[in-house]
Amino acid sequence: MTPVLSFRNVWVEYGDHVVLEKVSLDVAPGAFVSIVGPSGAGKSTFLRLALGQEAPSRGEILLDGAPIPPEPGPDRGVVFQRYSVFPHMTVLQNVMFGARCDQAPLTGLLMGAARRQAKAEAMAILDQVGLSASLKAFPRALSGGMQQRLAIAQALITKPRILLLDEPFGALDPGVRLDMHELITGLWREHGLTILMVTHDIKEAFKLGTRVIAVDKRRHDPHAPHRYGSTAVYDFPLDDKLKTAIPKEIAVMTGEA
Amino acid sequence: MRRLLNARPRGGGRLLLGLLPIAILVLLYLVASQARHAENPRDKILPTPAAMAQSMEIMALQKDPRTGEIPLVADTKASLTRLGIAVGAAAATTLVLGLSIGLLPYARAGLGPLVATISVIPPIAVLPILFIVFGLGETAKIVLIFVGITPFMVRDLASHVAAIPEEQIVKAQTLGASTWLVALQVALPQAMPRLIDSVRFSLGPAWVFLISAEAIASDVGLGYRIFLVRRYLAMDIILPYVAWISLLAVIIDLLLLTWSRTAFRWAHAPGGRR
Ligand SMILES: Nc1ncnc2c1ncn2[C@@H]1O[C@H](COP(=O)(O)OP(=O)(O)OP(=O)(O)O)[C@@H](O)[C@H]1O
Ligand SMILES: [Mg+2]
Repeated sequence: MTPVLSFRNVWVEYGDHVVLEKVSLDVAPGAFVSIVGPSGAGKSTFLRLALGQEAPSRGEILLDGAPIPPEPGPDRGVVFQRYSVFPHMTVLQNVMFGARCDQAPLTGLLMGAARRQAKAEAMAILDQVGLSASLKAFPRALSGGMQQRLAIAQALITKPRILLLDEPFGALDPGVRLDMHELITGLWREHGLTILMVTHDIKEAFKLGTRVIAVDKRRHDPHAPHRYGSTAVYDFPLDDKLKTAIPKEIAVMTGEA
Repeated sequence: MRRLLNARPRGGGRLLLGLLPIAILVLLYLVASQARHAENPRDKILPTPAAMAQSMEIMALQKDPRTGEIPLVADTKASLTRLGIAVGAAAATTLVLGLSIGLLPYARAGLGPLVATISVIPPIAVLPILFIVFGLGETAKIVLIFVGITPFMVRDLASHVAAIPEEQIVKAQTLGASTWLVALQVALPQAMPRLIDSVRFSLGPAWVFLISAEAIASDVGLGYRIFLVRRYLAMDIILPYVAWISLLAVIIDLLLLTWSRTAFRWAHAPGGRR
Protein backbone atom coordinates (compact mmCIF):
# COMPACT_ATOMS: atom_id res chain seq x y z
CA MET A 1 0.00 0.00 0.00
CA THR A 2 1.41 3.45 -0.88
CA PRO A 3 1.73 5.62 2.18
CA VAL A 4 -0.57 8.66 2.25
CA LEU A 5 2.32 10.85 3.28
CA SER A 6 6.06 10.21 3.13
CA PHE A 7 8.94 12.33 4.29
CA ARG A 8 12.23 11.40 2.65
CA ASN A 9 15.32 12.76 4.36
CA VAL A 10 13.69 16.14 5.00
CA TRP A 11 15.66 19.08 6.43
CA VAL A 12 14.44 22.50 7.45
CA GLU A 13 17.03 25.21 8.00
CA TYR A 14 16.63 28.92 8.63
CA GLY A 15 20.08 30.30 7.84
CA ASP A 16 22.35 28.26 10.10
CA HIS A 17 19.53 27.38 12.49
CA VAL A 18 18.70 23.74 11.80
CA VAL A 19 15.13 23.01 12.93
CA LEU A 20 14.55 19.55 11.44
CA GLU A 21 17.15 17.16 10.15
CA LYS A 22 17.01 13.81 8.39
CA VAL A 23 13.30 13.28 8.94
CA SER A 24 12.17 10.16 7.12
CA LEU A 25 8.84 8.52 7.77
CA ASP A 26 5.80 7.06 6.06
CA VAL A 27 2.21 7.49 7.19
CA ALA A 28 -0.03 4.57 6.25
CA PRO A 29 -3.64 5.12 5.20
CA GLY A 30 -5.98 5.08 8.16
CA ALA A 31 -3.25 5.77 10.70
CA PHE A 32 -3.75 8.11 13.63
CA VAL A 33 -0.27 9.49 14.24
CA SER A 34 0.40 11.49 17.40
CA ILE A 35 3.44 13.74 17.42
CA VAL A 36 4.93 14.79 20.74
CA GLY A 37 8.08 16.63 21.69
CA PRO A 38 9.37 19.57 23.72
CA SER A 39 8.37 23.12 22.84
CA GLY A 40 10.34 24.50 19.92
CA ALA A 41 11.29 21.03 18.68
CA GLY A 42 9.72 21.71 15.29
CA LYS A 43 6.37 19.93 15.58
CA SER A 44 4.44 22.79 13.99
CA THR A 45 7.15 23.14 11.36
CA PHE A 46 6.57 19.49 10.55
CA LEU A 47 2.86 20.13 10.03
CA ARG A 48 3.56 23.25 7.98
CA LEU A 49 5.65 21.08 5.67
CA ALA A 50 2.79 18.62 5.27
CA LEU A 51 0.41 21.51 4.61
CA GLY A 52 2.68 22.92 1.94
CA GLN A 53 2.81 26.20 3.86
CA GLU A 54 6.56 25.83 3.90
CA ALA A 55 9.03 23.95 1.66
CA PRO A 56 11.83 21.76 3.03
CA SER A 57 15.36 23.03 2.49
CA ARG A 58 16.39 19.51 1.55
CA GLY A 59 14.65 16.22 0.88
CA GLU A 60 11.21 15.53 -0.51
CA ILE A 61 7.68 15.05 0.71
CA LEU A 62 5.20 12.82 -1.13
CA LEU A 63 1.43 12.78 -0.92
CA ASP A 64 0.01 9.51 -2.23
CA GLY A 65 3.36 8.84 -3.89
CA ALA A 66 3.48 12.15 -5.81
CA PRO A 67 5.45 15.26 -4.82
CA ILE A 68 3.31 17.35 -2.49
CA PRO A 69 1.75 20.52 -3.97
CA PRO A 70 3.76 23.53 -2.74
CA GLU A 71 0.75 25.25 -1.18
CA PRO A 72 -2.22 24.28 0.99
CA GLY A 73 -5.11 22.57 -0.80
CA PRO A 74 -8.32 20.65 -0.20
CA ASP A 75 -6.50 17.29 -0.10
CA ARG A 76 -5.04 18.23 3.30
CA GLY A 77 -7.40 19.45 6.01
CA VAL A 78 -6.21 21.34 9.07
CA VAL A 79 -7.35 22.38 12.53
CA PHE A 80 -5.17 24.75 14.55
CA GLN A 81 -5.30 25.45 18.24
CA ARG A 82 -7.08 28.77 17.56
CA TYR A 83 -8.38 31.00 14.75
CA SER A 84 -9.38 28.06 12.56
CA VAL A 85 -12.93 29.25 11.86
CA PHE A 86 -14.17 32.37 10.10
CA PRO A 87 -15.62 34.86 12.58
CA HIS A 88 -17.88 36.51 9.99
CA MET A 89 -19.66 33.31 8.94
CA THR A 90 -22.33 31.47 10.87
CA VAL A 91 -21.75 27.87 11.91
CA LEU A 92 -23.54 26.57 8.82
CA GLN A 93 -21.76 28.99 6.47
CA ASN A 94 -18.41 27.99 7.95
CA VAL A 95 -19.03 24.34 7.14
CA MET A 96 -20.47 25.06 3.70
CA PHE A 97 -17.45 27.15 2.73
CA GLY A 98 -15.54 24.17 1.33
CA ALA A 99 -18.42 23.24 -0.96
CA ARG A 100 -18.82 26.84 -2.06
CA CYS A 101 -15.14 27.07 -3.05
CA ASP A 102 -15.38 23.80 -4.91
CA GLN A 103 -18.56 24.47 -6.85
CA ALA A 104 -18.65 28.27 -7.22
CA PRO A 105 -15.04 29.33 -7.81
CA LEU A 106 -16.11 32.72 -9.15
CA THR A 107 -18.57 34.06 -6.59
CA GLY A 108 -18.33 31.59 -3.73
CA LEU A 109 -22.14 31.52 -3.72
CA LEU A 110 -24.31 28.47 -4.29
CA MET A 111 -27.85 28.42 -5.62
CA GLY A 112 -30.67 25.96 -6.07
CA ALA A 113 -29.97 22.25 -6.02
CA ALA A 114 -26.21 22.64 -5.47
CA ARG A 115 -26.92 24.77 -2.43
CA ARG A 116 -29.45 22.34 -1.04
CA GLN A 117 -27.07 19.43 -1.41
CA ALA A 118 -24.14 21.29 0.17
CA LYS A 119 -26.41 22.31 3.01
CA ALA A 120 -27.59 18.75 3.58
CA GLU A 121 -23.99 17.50 3.69
CA ALA A 122 -22.99 20.28 6.08
CA MET A 123 -25.96 19.56 8.35
CA ALA A 124 -25.04 15.87 8.45
CA ILE A 125 -21.50 16.64 9.60
CA LEU A 126 -22.68 19.28 12.05
CA ASP A 127 -25.02 16.70 13.49
CA GLN A 128 -22.11 14.32 14.01
CA VAL A 129 -20.08 16.93 15.88
CA GLY A 130 -23.11 17.96 17.93
CA LEU A 131 -23.59 21.46 16.60
CA SER A 132 -26.93 21.13 14.85
CA ALA A 133 -28.58 23.34 17.46
CA SER A 134 -26.34 26.31 16.66
CA LEU A 135 -26.53 26.58 12.87
CA LYS A 136 -27.08 30.33 12.84
CA ALA A 137 -24.67 31.28 15.61
CA PHE A 138 -21.46 33.17 14.93
CA PRO A 139 -18.26 31.54 16.25
CA ARG A 140 -17.72 34.13 18.95
CA ALA A 141 -20.96 32.99 20.56
CA LEU A 142 -19.58 29.44 20.83
CA SER A 143 -17.44 28.03 23.62
CA GLY A 144 -13.85 27.03 22.86
CA GLY A 145 -14.81 23.37 22.57
CA MET A 146 -17.68 24.12 20.21
CA GLN A 147 -15.39 26.26 18.05
CA GLN A 148 -13.00 23.33 17.70
CA ARG A 149 -15.89 21.02 16.84
CA LEU A 150 -16.85 23.50 14.17
CA ALA A 151 -13.28 23.67 12.86
CA ILE A 152 -13.20 19.88 12.58
CA ALA A 153 -16.59 19.72 10.81
CA GLN A 154 -15.42 22.42 8.43
CA ALA A 155 -12.25 20.48 7.58
CA LEU A 156 -14.12 17.22 6.98
CA ILE A 157 -16.45 18.61 4.31
CA THR A 158 -13.76 18.46 1.61
CA LYS A 159 -12.99 14.80 2.48
CA PRO A 160 -9.23 15.41 2.84
CA ARG A 161 -6.71 12.61 2.28
CA ILE A 162 -5.09 13.53 5.56
CA LEU A 163 -6.21 15.63 8.50
CA LEU A 164 -3.52 17.72 10.22
CA LEU A 165 -4.20 18.82 13.78
CA ASP A 166 -1.87 21.23 15.61
CA GLU A 167 -2.63 21.05 19.34
CA PRO A 168 -6.33 21.06 18.51
CA PHE A 169 -7.43 20.56 22.13
CA GLY A 170 -4.58 22.47 23.77
CA ALA A 171 -6.77 25.39 24.87
CA LEU A 172 -9.66 23.33 26.24
CA ASP A 173 -10.70 22.29 29.76
CA PRO A 174 -9.91 18.68 30.74
CA GLY A 175 -13.59 17.68 30.68
CA VAL A 176 -14.24 19.17 27.27
CA ARG A 177 -11.05 17.56 26.10
CA LEU A 178 -12.38 14.12 26.97
CA ASP A 179 -15.51 14.78 24.90
CA MET A 180 -13.34 15.87 22.02
CA HIS A 181 -11.28 12.68 22.27
CA GLU A 182 -14.43 10.67 21.85
CA LEU A 183 -15.55 12.84 18.97
CA ILE A 184 -12.30 12.68 17.01
CA THR A 185 -11.93 8.92 17.55
CA GLY A 186 -15.49 8.40 16.32
CA LEU A 187 -14.99 10.56 13.25
CA TRP A 188 -11.66 8.90 12.51
CA ARG A 189 -13.29 5.45 12.49
CA GLU A 190 -16.44 6.46 10.70
CA HIS A 191 -14.82 8.46 7.89
CA GLY A 192 -11.73 6.25 7.62
CA LEU A 193 -9.52 9.30 8.15
CA THR A 194 -5.75 9.49 8.22
CA ILE A 195 -4.77 11.87 11.02
CA LEU A 196 -1.54 13.57 12.04
CA MET A 197 -1.95 15.24 15.42
CA VAL A 198 0.56 17.36 17.30
CA THR A 199 -0.03 17.50 21.03
CA HIS A 200 1.68 18.52 24.24
CA ASP A 201 -0.37 16.04 26.21
CA ILE A 202 1.49 12.74 26.28
CA LYS A 203 -1.50 10.81 27.61
CA GLU A 204 -3.66 12.17 24.85
CA ALA A 205 -1.04 11.10 22.31
CA PHE A 206 -1.09 7.51 23.54
CA LYS A 207 -4.82 7.38 24.09
CA LEU A 208 -5.76 8.50 20.60
CA GLY A 209 -2.87 7.45 18.37
CA THR A 210 -2.20 4.20 16.56
CA ARG A 211 1.35 5.39 16.44
CA VAL A 212 3.27 7.92 18.50
CA ILE A 213 6.28 9.79 17.16
CA ALA A 214 8.53 11.79 19.45
CA VAL A 215 10.39 14.68 17.85
CA ASP A 216 13.54 15.94 19.52
CA LYS A 217 17.22 16.63 18.97
CA ARG A 218 19.37 13.55 18.77
CA ARG A 219 22.56 15.51 19.32
CA HIS A 220 23.21 18.63 21.37
CA ASP A 221 26.03 21.11 20.98
CA PRO A 222 25.97 23.20 24.18
CA HIS A 223 27.94 26.00 22.49
CA ALA A 224 25.74 26.16 19.39
CA PRO A 225 22.23 24.99 20.25
CA HIS A 226 20.96 25.70 16.75
CA ARG A 227 23.55 23.59 15.03
CA TYR A 228 21.61 20.35 15.19
CA GLY A 229 17.96 19.90 14.33
CA SER A 230 15.23 17.64 15.62
CA THR A 231 14.20 14.40 14.08
CA ALA A 232 11.90 11.50 14.94
CA VAL A 233 13.77 10.06 17.92
CA TYR A 234 11.12 7.50 18.90
CA ASP A 235 8.48 5.89 16.76
CA PHE A 236 6.01 3.62 18.54
CA PRO A 237 3.43 1.67 16.64
CA LEU A 238 0.66 0.87 19.12
CA ASP A 239 -1.88 -1.80 19.06
CA ASP A 240 -4.93 -1.20 21.18
CA LYS A 241 -3.92 -3.23 24.21
CA LEU A 242 -0.67 -1.36 24.70
CA LYS A 243 -2.23 2.05 24.62
CA THR A 244 -2.22 2.69 28.34
CA ALA A 245 1.45 2.06 29.03
CA ILE A 246 3.54 5.12 28.25
CA PRO A 247 7.17 4.15 27.51
CA LYS A 248 9.57 5.58 30.01
CA GLU A 249 11.83 7.32 27.51
CA ILE A 250 8.99 9.51 26.27
CA ALA A 251 7.64 10.21 29.73
CA VAL A 252 11.08 11.44 30.79
CA MET A 253 11.61 13.52 27.68
CA THR A 254 8.35 15.42 27.92
CA GLY A 255 8.58 15.86 31.67
CA GLU A 256 5.51 13.77 32.50
CA ALA A 257 7.36 11.31 34.74
CA MET B 1 -15.95 52.24 47.70
CA ARG B 2 -15.87 51.11 44.12
CA ARG B 3 -13.03 52.30 41.90
CA LEU B 4 -13.94 55.23 39.66
CA LEU B 5 -12.70 53.01 36.82
CA ASN B 6 -15.58 50.60 37.41
CA ALA B 7 -18.42 53.02 38.08
CA ARG B 8 -20.62 53.17 34.99
CA PRO B 9 -23.48 55.53 34.19
CA ARG B 10 -26.64 53.77 33.03
CA GLY B 11 -29.64 54.52 30.82
CA GLY B 12 -31.14 57.95 31.43
CA GLY B 13 -28.31 59.04 33.68
CA ARG B 14 -25.89 58.45 30.88
CA LEU B 15 -27.88 60.60 28.45
CA LEU B 16 -28.19 63.34 31.02
CA LEU B 17 -24.47 63.23 31.70
CA GLY B 18 -23.78 63.65 27.99
CA LEU B 19 -26.16 66.60 27.66
CA LEU B 20 -24.87 68.42 30.71
CA PRO B 21 -21.64 69.89 29.25
CA ILE B 22 -23.52 70.94 26.11
CA ALA B 23 -26.21 72.66 28.17
CA ILE B 24 -23.51 74.46 30.19
CA LEU B 25 -21.84 75.73 27.03
CA VAL B 26 -25.15 76.98 25.57
CA LEU B 27 -25.94 78.69 28.83
CA LEU B 28 -22.53 80.36 28.95
CA TYR B 29 -23.07 81.61 25.41
CA LEU B 30 -26.49 83.03 26.25
CA VAL B 31 -25.14 84.81 29.30
CA ALA B 32 -22.21 86.28 27.37
CA SER B 33 -24.44 87.32 24.51
CA GLN B 34 -26.85 89.03 26.94
CA ALA B 35 -24.00 90.87 28.57
CA ARG B 36 -22.60 92.16 25.27
CA HIS B 37 -25.99 93.26 24.07
CA ALA B 38 -26.67 95.09 27.31
CA GLU B 39 -23.54 97.11 26.60
CA ASN B 40 -24.03 97.50 22.86
CA PRO B 41 -27.43 96.51 21.37
CA ARG B 42 -25.85 96.36 17.88
CA ASP B 43 -23.20 93.81 18.82
CA LYS B 44 -22.44 91.40 15.96
CA ILE B 45 -19.93 89.08 17.59
CA LEU B 46 -22.28 87.10 19.86
CA PRO B 47 -25.72 87.37 18.20
CA THR B 48 -28.84 86.52 20.21
CA PRO B 49 -30.87 83.39 19.32
CA ALA B 50 -33.61 85.67 17.99
CA ALA B 51 -31.21 87.37 15.58
CA MET B 52 -29.88 84.02 14.40
CA ALA B 53 -33.40 82.71 13.82
CA GLN B 54 -34.24 85.78 11.81
CA SER B 55 -31.19 85.47 9.55
CA MET B 56 -31.66 81.75 9.10
CA GLU B 57 -35.24 82.29 8.04
CA ILE B 58 -33.86 84.21 5.08
CA MET B 59 -31.20 81.61 4.37
CA ALA B 60 -33.29 78.51 4.91
CA LEU B 61 -36.80 79.41 3.81
CA GLN B 62 -36.60 82.10 1.14
CA LYS B 63 -35.41 81.75 -2.39
CA ASP B 64 -32.46 83.85 -3.43
CA PRO B 65 -33.94 86.03 -6.21
CA ARG B 66 -30.64 85.89 -8.14
CA THR B 67 -30.28 82.09 -8.30
CA GLY B 68 -33.90 81.09 -7.70
CA GLU B 69 -32.79 78.64 -5.01
CA ILE B 70 -32.92 78.51 -1.26
CA PRO B 71 -29.30 79.23 -0.19
CA LEU B 72 -29.09 76.70 2.64
CA VAL B 73 -30.52 73.93 0.47
CA ALA B 74 -28.27 74.76 -2.49
CA ASP B 75 -25.20 74.97 -0.24
CA THR B 76 -26.01 71.71 1.51
CA LYS B 77 -26.63 69.90 -1.76
CA ALA B 78 -23.41 71.15 -3.32
CA SER B 79 -21.26 70.31 -0.28
CA LEU B 80 -22.76 66.89 0.34
CA THR B 81 -22.39 65.97 -3.34
CA ARG B 82 -18.69 66.87 -3.28
CA LEU B 83 -18.18 65.06 0.00
CA GLY B 84 -20.16 62.01 -1.13
CA ILE B 85 -18.33 61.55 -4.41
CA ALA B 86 -14.91 62.05 -2.83
CA VAL B 87 -15.51 59.79 0.16
CA GLY B 88 -17.18 57.15 -2.03
CA ALA B 89 -14.23 57.14 -4.42
CA ALA B 90 -11.82 57.01 -1.47
CA ALA B 91 -13.67 54.04 0.05
CA ALA B 92 -13.73 52.14 -3.24
CA THR B 93 -10.03 52.79 -3.84
CA THR B 94 -9.27 51.79 -0.27
CA LEU B 95 -11.07 48.48 -0.67
CA VAL B 96 -9.13 47.53 -3.77
CA LEU B 97 -5.72 48.77 -2.59
CA GLY B 98 -6.15 47.82 1.06
CA LEU B 99 -7.18 44.26 0.25
CA SER B 100 -4.39 43.84 -2.31
CA ILE B 101 -1.66 45.27 -0.08
CA GLY B 102 -2.93 43.39 2.96
CA LEU B 103 -3.20 40.04 1.21
CA LEU B 104 -0.66 39.90 -1.60
CA PRO B 105 3.07 40.06 -0.86
CA TYR B 106 3.70 41.37 -4.38
CA ALA B 107 1.23 44.24 -3.97
CA ARG B 108 2.73 45.02 -0.56
CA ALA B 109 6.25 45.17 -1.99
CA GLY B 110 5.14 47.20 -5.01
CA LEU B 111 2.64 49.66 -3.55
CA GLY B 112 3.36 49.85 0.19
CA PRO B 113 6.20 52.40 -0.04
CA LEU B 114 4.26 54.54 -2.54
CA VAL B 115 1.21 54.78 -0.28
CA ALA B 116 3.42 55.46 2.74
CA THR B 117 5.16 58.29 0.87
CA ILE B 118 1.95 59.88 -0.39
CA SER B 119 0.41 59.77 3.06
CA VAL B 120 3.06 62.10 4.51
CA ILE B 121 2.39 64.88 1.96
CA PRO B 122 0.18 67.56 3.56
CA PRO B 123 -2.85 67.60 1.19
CA ILE B 124 -3.49 71.34 1.49
CA ALA B 125 0.02 71.92 0.13
CA VAL B 126 -0.96 70.25 -3.13
CA LEU B 127 -4.18 72.26 -3.44
CA PRO B 128 -2.56 74.84 -5.75
CA ILE B 129 -1.38 72.00 -7.97
CA LEU B 130 -4.90 70.60 -8.08
CA PHE B 131 -6.34 74.00 -9.01
CA ILE B 132 -3.75 74.36 -11.78
CA VAL B 133 -4.31 70.85 -13.11
CA PHE B 134 -8.07 70.52 -12.71
CA GLY B 135 -9.13 74.19 -12.87
CA LEU B 136 -11.29 75.85 -10.25
CA GLY B 137 -14.34 73.60 -10.83
CA GLU B 138 -15.73 70.67 -8.91
CA THR B 139 -12.94 68.22 -9.80
CA ALA B 140 -10.21 70.00 -7.87
CA LYS B 141 -12.29 70.09 -4.67
CA ILE B 142 -13.25 66.44 -4.93
CA VAL B 143 -9.67 65.41 -5.69
CA LEU B 144 -8.43 67.38 -2.68
CA ILE B 145 -10.70 65.46 -0.32
CA PHE B 146 -9.80 62.20 -2.03
CA VAL B 147 -6.06 62.84 -1.82
CA GLY B 148 -6.43 64.02 1.75
CA ILE B 149 -8.10 60.94 3.19
CA THR B 150 -7.31 57.98 0.93
CA PRO B 151 -3.67 57.22 1.88
CA PHE B 152 -4.52 56.98 5.57
CA MET B 153 -7.53 54.78 4.86
CA VAL B 154 -5.52 52.47 2.60
CA ARG B 155 -2.79 52.04 5.20
CA ASP B 156 -5.31 51.40 7.94
CA LEU B 157 -7.23 48.80 5.95
CA ALA B 158 -4.10 47.11 4.62
CA SER B 159 -2.72 46.64 8.12
CA HIS B 160 -6.09 45.36 9.31
CA VAL B 161 -6.28 42.82 6.49
CA ALA B 162 -2.66 41.80 7.04
CA ALA B 163 -3.56 41.12 10.68
CA ILE B 164 -6.16 38.48 9.80
CA PRO B 165 -4.66 35.38 11.47
CA GLU B 166 -2.51 33.31 9.14
CA GLU B 167 -4.46 30.28 10.40
CA GLN B 168 -7.62 31.56 8.73
CA ILE B 169 -5.92 32.16 5.42
CA VAL B 170 -4.35 28.69 5.46
CA LYS B 171 -7.65 27.13 6.51
CA ALA B 172 -9.42 28.79 3.59
CA GLN B 173 -6.84 27.38 1.20
CA THR B 174 -7.27 23.89 2.62
CA LEU B 175 -10.96 24.30 1.88
CA GLY B 176 -10.10 24.96 -1.75
CA ALA B 177 -10.29 28.76 -1.85
CA SER B 178 -8.34 30.53 -4.59
CA THR B 179 -6.64 33.90 -4.03
CA TRP B 180 -9.79 35.50 -5.43
CA LEU B 181 -12.13 33.63 -3.10
CA VAL B 182 -9.93 34.32 -0.07
CA ALA B 183 -10.13 38.01 -0.97
CA LEU B 184 -13.85 37.96 -1.72
CA GLN B 185 -15.18 35.64 0.97
CA VAL B 186 -12.64 35.81 3.79
CA ALA B 187 -10.88 39.18 3.67
CA LEU B 188 -13.57 41.45 2.19
CA PRO B 189 -16.31 40.75 4.73
CA GLN B 190 -13.82 41.17 7.57
CA ALA B 191 -12.51 44.38 6.02
CA MET B 192 -15.91 46.04 5.64
CA PRO B 193 -16.60 46.98 9.27
CA ARG B 194 -13.07 48.36 9.53
CA LEU B 195 -13.56 50.33 6.30
CA ILE B 196 -16.77 51.84 7.65
CA ASP B 197 -14.94 52.79 10.86
CA SER B 198 -12.15 54.28 8.81
CA VAL B 199 -14.65 56.33 6.76
CA ARG B 200 -16.17 57.57 10.01
CA PHE B 201 -12.77 58.75 11.24
CA SER B 202 -11.86 60.24 7.87
CA LEU B 203 -15.03 62.32 7.62
CA GLY B 204 -13.57 64.87 10.04
CA PRO B 205 -10.56 65.63 7.84
CA ALA B 206 -12.80 65.33 4.76
CA TRP B 207 -14.96 68.19 6.01
CA VAL B 208 -11.84 70.26 6.68
CA PHE B 209 -10.60 69.75 3.13
CA LEU B 210 -14.06 70.42 1.70
CA ILE B 211 -14.52 73.68 3.54
CA SER B 212 -10.97 74.84 2.75
CA ALA B 213 -11.47 74.19 -0.95
CA GLU B 214 -14.87 75.88 -0.94
CA ALA B 215 -13.46 78.88 0.92
CA ILE B 216 -10.80 79.38 -1.70
CA ALA B 217 -12.68 78.85 -4.95
CA SER B 218 -16.41 78.25 -5.18
CA ASP B 219 -19.75 79.94 -5.75
CA VAL B 220 -21.92 77.61 -3.73
CA GLY B 221 -21.39 75.35 -0.71
CA LEU B 222 -21.50 75.52 3.08
CA GLY B 223 -17.83 76.52 3.34
CA TYR B 224 -18.25 79.12 0.61
CA ARG B 225 -21.19 80.73 2.44
CA ILE B 226 -19.39 80.95 5.77
CA PHE B 227 -16.38 82.61 4.25
CA LEU B 228 -18.56 84.92 2.14
CA VAL B 229 -20.55 86.34 5.04
CA ARG B 230 -17.43 86.56 7.18
CA ARG B 231 -16.71 89.84 5.36
CA TYR B 232 -19.80 91.33 7.02
CA LEU B 233 -19.01 89.81 10.40
CA ALA B 234 -22.34 87.99 10.02
CA MET B 235 -21.98 85.72 13.04
CA ASP B 236 -25.77 85.32 13.00
CA ILE B 237 -25.34 83.26 9.82
CA ILE B 238 -21.95 81.66 10.53
CA LEU B 239 -22.94 80.15 13.87
CA PRO B 240 -26.12 78.42 12.63
CA TYR B 241 -24.22 77.20 9.58
CA VAL B 242 -21.53 75.68 11.79
CA ALA B 243 -24.25 74.05 13.89
CA TRP B 244 -25.86 72.69 10.71
CA ILE B 245 -22.55 71.29 9.47
CA SER B 246 -22.02 69.60 12.83
CA LEU B 247 -25.53 68.15 12.73
CA LEU B 248 -24.91 66.77 9.23
CA ALA B 249 -21.65 65.23 10.41
CA VAL B 250 -23.34 63.59 13.38
CA ILE B 251 -26.16 62.21 11.22
CA ILE B 252 -23.74 60.75 8.65
CA ASP B 253 -21.71 59.18 11.45
CA LEU B 254 -24.80 57.62 13.00
CA LEU B 255 -25.97 56.27 9.64
CA LEU B 256 -22.60 54.62 9.07
CA LEU B 257 -22.55 53.16 12.56
CA THR B 258 -26.07 51.78 12.13
CA TRP B 259 -25.14 50.23 8.80
CA SER B 260 -22.09 48.57 10.34
CA ARG B 261 -24.13 47.26 13.28
CA THR B 262 -26.90 45.79 11.16
CA ALA B 263 -24.95 44.47 8.18
CA PHE B 264 -21.93 43.20 10.15
CA ARG B 265 -23.49 42.04 13.35
CA TRP B 266 -20.72 39.53 13.99
CA ALA B 267 -18.15 42.35 14.32
CA HIS B 268 -19.97 44.13 17.14
CA ALA B 269 -19.92 42.61 20.60
CA PRO B 270 -23.41 42.50 22.11
CA GLY B 271 -23.42 44.92 25.03
CA GLY B 272 -19.75 45.73 24.50
CA ARG B 273 -18.10 49.06 25.13
CA ARG B 274 -18.55 50.23 21.53
N1 LIG C 1 10.21 31.47 9.93
C1 LIG C 1 11.11 31.08 10.84
N2 LIG C 1 12.34 31.64 10.89
C2 LIG C 1 13.24 31.26 11.82
N3 LIG C 1 13.01 30.32 12.74
C3 LIG C 1 11.82 29.72 12.76
C4 LIG C 1 10.79 30.06 11.81
N4 LIG C 1 9.72 29.30 12.08
C5 LIG C 1 10.04 28.52 13.12
N5 LIG C 1 11.30 28.77 13.53
C6 LIG C 1 11.99 28.09 14.62
O1 LIG C 1 11.77 26.72 14.46
C7 LIG C 1 11.74 26.10 15.74
C8 LIG C 1 10.58 25.15 15.79
O2 LIG C 1 9.36 25.88 15.77
P1 LIG C 1 7.95 25.13 15.85
O3 LIG C 1 6.90 26.17 15.89
O4 LIG C 1 7.87 24.13 14.77
O5 LIG C 1 8.05 24.39 17.24
P2 LIG C 1 6.95 23.53 17.99
O6 LIG C 1 7.58 22.21 18.24
O7 LIG C 1 5.67 23.57 17.27
O8 LIG C 1 6.83 24.32 19.35
P3 LIG C 1 5.56 24.52 20.29
O9 LIG C 1 5.39 23.23 21.02
O10 LIG C 1 5.96 25.62 21.21
O11 LIG C 1 4.40 24.86 19.41
C9 LIG C 1 11.68 27.20 16.78
O12 LIG C 1 12.94 27.28 17.40
C10 LIG C 1 11.43 28.44 15.98
O13 LIG C 1 12.12 29.52 16.54
MG1 LIG D 1 3.70 24.44 17.64
